[in-house]
Amino acid sequence: MDVNAALPQVELRDVGLRYFSREGETEALRKLSISVAPGEFVGIIGPSGCGKSTLLSLISGILAPTEGAVLVDGRPVAGPNRKVGYMLQQDYLFEWRTILENAVLGAEIQGLSMAKARDRATQLLIRYGLGQFLHHLPRQLSGGMRQRAALARTLCTEPEIVLLDEPFSALDSQTRLALADEITGILRREAKTVILVTHDIGEAISMTERVIVMSRRPGQVKSNHSIHFATQSGARPTPFAARNAPEFNKYFSTLWQELEVNVQD
Amino acid sequence: MSKTEAMVIVPSSHYRVWLQRERRGRVAVRATQLATLLAFLLLWEILPREQIINPLFTSYPSAIWPTFLEMLKATPQQPSILTHTWSTVVATVIGFTAAMVIGTVVAAALWWWNSLYRVLDPYLVVANAMPKTAFVPIFYVWLGASLSIYGMSLAISLFVTVLMIYSGFQGVDLNKIKLAQTFGASKSQILTKVVLPGSVPTFIAALKVNAGLSLVGVIVGEFQSASLGLGYLIQYGSQIFKMNIVMTAVTILVIVSSLMYLAISWLESAVMGRR
Repeated sequence: MDVNAALPQVELRDVGLRYFSREGETEALRKLSISVAPGEFVGIIGPSGCGKSTLLSLISGILAPTEGAVLVDGRPVAGPNRKVGYMLQQDYLFEWRTILENAVLGAEIQGLSMAKARDRATQLLIRYGLGQFLHHLPRQLSGGMRQRAALARTLCTEPEIVLLDEPFSALDSQTRLALADEITGILRREAKTVILVTHDIGEAISMTERVIVMSRRPGQVKSNHSIHFATQSGARPTPFAARNAPEFNKYFSTLWQELEVNVQD
Repeated sequence: MSKTEAMVIVPSSHYRVWLQRERRGRVAVRATQLATLLAFLLLWEILPREQIINPLFTSYPSAIWPTFLEMLKATPQQPSILTHTWSTVVATVIGFTAAMVIGTVVAAALWWWNSLYRVLDPYLVVANAMPKTAFVPIFYVWLGASLSIYGMSLAISLFVTVLMIYSGFQGVDLNKIKLAQTFGASKSQILTKVVLPGSVPTFIAALKVNAGLSLVGVIVGEFQSASLGLGYLIQYGSQIFKMNIVMTAVTILVIVSSLMYLAISWLESAVMGRR
């Protein structure tokens, strides 16, 4: 896909980020440029510690870059933005709130209409199969259910851009595959712009349309790979079906080599 | 995939045996607890009566109830023992409530301004380690007879409350705070929606420590300055060598502490049931 065809919804221009501590400074990102078109589903992979998660914190506005610019819809990011929803590695549901109360947290913080937020959260939770658990506490739910509740919390504020930071890493492998299918389906149906950060090559290939490979620290873009699957309908296969497609292994070995995984990792 | 586990409807014989053994275990623990208490009371009654230890020093358990009844009546010199007890209880409740409120406010301020914490940290630790009872005579001079009791009760429980609650605030999962930040939460929203509700277990733990310490502060304060309260009765009784009075007051203290413990346990299960 030609990313220059449309005005990018998310753009990073020569972004550099350094962390400071008394022991010294760490260069996490260097001259990093990425652009993501509206409605695009992009995956970012890279060796551990390459600054993948840092990248999402920059886009969501909870971190500011040391150099360069981060733009959402052409405007520089100056703090958290309502257009951006961020799903963290674990659900981090508040154990003192019911599932519904957790799902409306974002709306509550942003001062949106609570009646509307409750309606929308209820609809989302019902759609994700949690209709019977609205007034349950998080500890009464399984890991997969909790992560779906976290997705409802992210989508309740109706962000246009969704950032996923290894959203399945805390789950067992079966739940992981099933939930990857579900969440991909939901995000595609809602036509969100999605940036998925993962260390799982298979997850990136099967879920996204384009995979960006990052280098070791200081993180830079190493390469871009468009992912295409030939299907009869022409529609994109579900992640689960994609894993069985003939192209999958080809992409997998290319990306594997790109990552230069070695035993020291 | 719900977490409700598969429960067998018709219990097997193994399960019934297990239940029975479990029940027997619980009964045995209760029985031993009761027996220990009875043995203690029995020794306390018999040893002085047999003149093995001097009854002048220890009184007897059997003397406590008559003493209590006698002290129920107010005399021109001495108010009823219930008035004494009430005075101590009120001072204790005021002491630990004040410690909780002030302690939470101070801890929140330290959380809000990290540099304030960095400056005050060594002073707080030293203030907490100080033997606060050394201040009893000083408080008496500064605050007068009745205020010094509250002052003592607060002083003895405040610093540990601040330290406990602050470390509870620090212990709140940083990722929960990050989550709130992704929605654009302000610092006060992080405090009220994440840090405070996430610290409820810490508040309960602080309350448990606090209630006991406040009672200590009140009693010690009353030793010095009061003409009312259980601490005063203990002091007065020992000065005129009437151990009956001392032991009766101590027994009431045991009952008051147990009731406070029960009240806090009840509060704990009421609050934590939601988690």
